[in-house]
Amino acid sequence: MDHAEIVTRPEPARRRLMQVLLGGGLLASAVAFLYPVLRYLVPPAATDLGGDSVVAAKVGDLKANSGKIFRFGSRPGLLVRTADGEYRAMSAVCTHLNCTVQYRSDVREVWCACHNGFYDLNGRNVAGPPPRPLDAYDVHINGDDVVVSRRRGA
Amino acid sequence: MASPPEAAPRTSAHSNRLVAWLDERFGWEDLLAPLRHKTVPVHKLSYWYFLGGITLFLFVIQVLTGILLLLYYRASANEAFESVQYIMTQVQFGWLVRSIHSWSANLMIFTAFAHMFSVLFLRAYTKPRELTWLTGMVLLFLALGFGFSGYLLPWNTLAFFATKVGTEITGQVPLIGKPLLIFLRGGEEVTGATLTRFFGFHVALLPGITTLLIAVHILLIQRLGMSVPPSQEAAWKALPPDKREMPFFPNFFAHELMAWYIALGVLGALAALAPWELGSKADPFVPAPAGIKPEWYFMFMFQTLKLIPAKLGPIDGELVGILGFGLVGLVWVLLPFLGGDRYGRRQVFIRGLGVFALAYMLSMTVYGYLAK
Repeated sequence: MDHAEIVTRPEPARRRLMQVLLGGGLLASAVAFLYPVLRYLVPPAATDLGGDSVVAAKVGDLKANSGKIFRFGSRPGLLVRTADGEYRAMSAVCTHLNCTVQYRSDVREVWCACHNGFYDLNGRNVAGPPPRPLDAYDVHINGDDVVVSRRRGA
Repeated sequence: MASPPEAAPRTSAHSNRLVAWLDERFGWEDLLAPLRHKTVPVHKLSYWYFLGGITLFLFVIQVLTGILLLLYYRASANEAFESVQYIMTQVQFGWLVRSIHSWSANLMIFTAFAHMFSVLFLRAYTKPRELTWLTGMVLLFLALGFGFSGYLLPWNTLAFFATKVGTEITGQVPLIGKPLLIFLRGGEEVTGATLTRFFGFHVALLPGITTLLIAVHILLIQRLGMSVPPSQEAAWKALPPDKREMPFFPNFFAHELMAWYIALGVLGALAALAPWELGSKADPFVPAPAGIKPEWYFMFMFQTLKLIPAKLGPIDGELVGILGFGLVGLVWVLLPFLGGDRYGRRQVFIRGLGVFALAYMLSMTVYGYLAK
């Protein structure tokens, strides 16, 4: 029956073809406009990873029971000298919502001011909203430098 | 609003030659006709009709002062803080323009929230005004977007951490979170790339969408007329001669102008007596300062997130909070579709919901400011 209809009334089929071609063409050009825009919105990947180790401080920079922020690539790290004079290092980016943490000498813990989260000196989350521990780093003394490095395979 | 005149003293338009000239060319009088026919019900709750207009007025102030700030502001991580400092200290009346922009932003968000709650409690959001509510809610979210994006522009410490936290929250949304975070930040971290993006959103994207939606919102209000609160409606139905209205133009408009003038006075006083602070320049390598808090209108969410424990069973507490707020926001937007009939039983429930939401927001905000 379809066949008969096409034979007797060829117009609709041709019109349909034209509509498909026109619609498809418009759709294709819309995609051609939108695709570059969508790609443009995605920022290029940053190349900086800052290596796996960094000189965080000089020996003697830090008093016992104090801490400082150092640059680890594009992110902040926290170097703590405990009351016993031992060095500890960890990521300074709070695992809760990304704020930068600090060492609190009064409670001898690492504290995030944004939402009152606490970590111990191994980076373990001990109170408040943080869901995960801070990444802990290795510290060794190289001459006059306090060198912090990422843990292998961690 | 003591005994407003009941009839508009229609100015004889053709006494004004300019009006006559315009009218002859494109029918100026026809254009104004709907405005002349529009009336505003007069009753003891009429004051609530002002809030939308005041919000609109404050938006206009934002556009004007925003244009002025654009003359000196520079959107880059190295220059943004210094350029705002320059506006505040070197440019004549720069401190005033920036203070007005900041204060007006805050007042606008306040009046927008007040407008939303008044519309809810006076049941003005029900059929046939579902779309007015919908556009209004989107406008409220846009206002919050304006607040969030504008807050970063001075590139100070508070703004830096607020943006880190705010974008991190969007990053926790399942599936689309991470790409959204990258899109908002212009990378993995909050950097100068974030600043230029937020600047673009704040001065081009958001104003464009907002202007368009305001036009739709006002058109709908014009088309549907002012809603009369159910209690008043019942009283007038029982006693029709009591029903009172005033022409929108010029009577109500004159009242509205007075409200705007008062708003302007409040704004000027706040900006002059309590100029907005600039703080210290953002540095990604200093810890978040103690006592850091978000803007007051985000405080109730901030405080809630702070109170949720890290883990609720196997799920991050944070995620529960974010999804919870998202769900409540969605329900709020869809209220006119969920509430059913204007006089139905569900309205009682919705009013309770509104009272609860208001009480929750107020108490959490106060708690947030008092808590350590």
